[in-house]
Amino acid sequence: MRAGRVLARDADQLRIRCEGRSELVAAIGGEGPGDWVQLEDETAPRIVAPFRGVDFPSPSSETARLDPGRITGLRARATVLAEIRRYFSEQQFLEIEAPTMVRAPGLEVNIRAVEAEGGYLITSPEYAMKRLLAGGLQKIFAMPRCFRSEEEGGHHGVEFTMLEWYRSFDTLESIMADTEALVRRTVRAVRGKESVMVGGREVSVASPWKRMRVQDAFAEWAGIELLGDESASTLADKAVAAGVEIGSAHEWDDIFYSIFLQCVQPRLDGLSEAVLLIDWPNPLAALARTKPGKPEWALRFEAYVGGVELANAFDELTDPVEQRRRFEAEQDERRRRGLDVYPIDEKFMAALEEGLPPCAGIALGVDRLAMLAAGATSLRGVSAFVADEL
Amino acid sequence: MYETSDIRKGLKVLMDGNPFTIIEFQFVKPGKGTAFTRTKFKNLLTGGIVEKNIRSGEKLEPANVEERTMQFLYKEGEDFVFMDGTSYEQVSIATDTVGKQHDLLSDNLDCTVLFFNERPVDVSLPNFIYSHVVSTEPGARGDSTGNVLKPAIIESGAEIGVPLFICEGDYLKIDTRTRSYVERQKK
Repeated sequence: MRAGRVLARDADQLRIRCEGRSELVAAIGGEGPGDWVQLEDETAPRIVAPFRGVDFPSPSSETARLDPGRITGLRARATVLAEIRRYFSEQQFLEIEAPTMVRAPGLEVNIRAVEAEGGYLITSPEYAMKRLLAGGLQKIFAMPRCFRSEEEGGHHGVEFTMLEWYRSFDTLESIMADTEALVRRTVRAVRGKESVMVGGREVSVASPWKRMRVQDAFAEWAGIELLGDESASTLADKAVAAGVEIGSAHEWDDIFYSIFLQCVQPRLDGLSEAVLLIDWPNPLAALARTKPGKPEWALRFEAYVGGVELANAFDELTDPVEQRRRFEAEQDERRRRGLDVYPIDEKFMAALEEGLPPCAGIALGVDRLAMLAAGATSLRGVSAFVADEL
Repeated sequence: MYETSDIRKGLKVLMDGNPFTIIEFQFVKPGKGTAFTRTKFKNLLTGGIVEKNIRSGEKLEPANVEERTMQFLYKEGEDFVFMDGTSYEQVSIATDTVGKQHDLLSDNLDCTVLFFNERPVDVSLPNFIYSHVVSTEPGARGDSTGNVLKPAIIESGAEIGVPLFICEGDYLKIDTRTRSYVERQKK
């Protein structure tokens, strides 16, 4: 049974909007603009709800002008948001509304911030969240809109929703457990089972997730022995020897990601289960602590579901001296590459100097989680509007 | 030279001496890392498809290709003859090069002909063409839902699916990309 809404009437014909499309049917009664009609067969409309001058939620509201798939996607997104909040409420986390306009954005060289009011829009709520941890809060989460310039694509938007949560006096193990539980739960709430469809394949998100060291992924899938502390030119030699096309890449991270995209990513795409890529090489530690006794590896993991990068977690760096050294190195690197050099967040640094307890935290792409749960192929399917629709 | 930010569908680039057009691309940025554009290229000469990850900062060389608007004149054996409306220069283009839309060509239709090193390598029809229906089963009045289709022959000789209410002599708008009926035009 299909239902639609009468847009216009012309003598014995009705122009109706049905399943996102407009079509003509023969009128049989007094149907008029605004009426909701049901089509008994292809041609005979029957008024199920006369228009009374106000709109109302109808069981057939899919017959509005929005694409029905988009409406399903928006519902999936709302379910995901509600489940996230339910999970953290049950876990007794405090929800934080982090500021989105700041003086000092993230310093990672590959992230460009959007300028606003003499400052920047946040690329992540990380600094604010850690200041609150330093201030004594122990379990907090935030779900702000974040902004990263020049990132636009099926799985990227300049503006996106980021979920970050932190546990102080706790470790990455707890964050891994949260990640699995949260993804499982949101997926189950939308799909009724613990698996998602990606590219026509079923990918399980049931626990336990596969755990793989970045080093092992490189060895197994690229045939490259990654040491984490080799020079860029050594890494480039290894890549070329393994048949990886690196083009003109000569920076350590550019070479690493060339290998990653050509050899690791296709394998991640093909996995039928969720995976946590753990122990990232130190040059990519960002704000993560290095492994005790193994300074070439960082306590960082990334969650992948069906090849989609869903989340990135750190056992957070709490050492203010090391943190300042890394920030200054990032600034130097930005200067060297001719990028805008953002200021160091001195209030964040002051919080570290006063003492940030040991803590672990994670950033998860909510739009991507909704996309996976909804079975959409791009963020468009679970977003009210994406950039090219504004 | 093109930057990765110039990448879009239909961009023509030169790689290893061959002209390629970009048919698909996706922005990727693994692990807070380097930005790449995973790009699918179609070889304009062979139709072969290659995929490459173009790192942000890398450059692409524009292909020396020229797009010219040319009018379809007539068919000569297996070739289609087109004329440049300003220079009156005529070229014969083989059916294979014209592609599978060749049967939608009707006289005087303005098309875009792609030249690579002065050689025609591709013909694009306008997205929409207009044509009278030359023959079809008689129209069925009353059924105006447009959900059921019947075959109809248009002026170029091609057969397309049209709604049941369409009659011989009707003037139609046709989408050449999907070879589908769009709507009936008022004359």
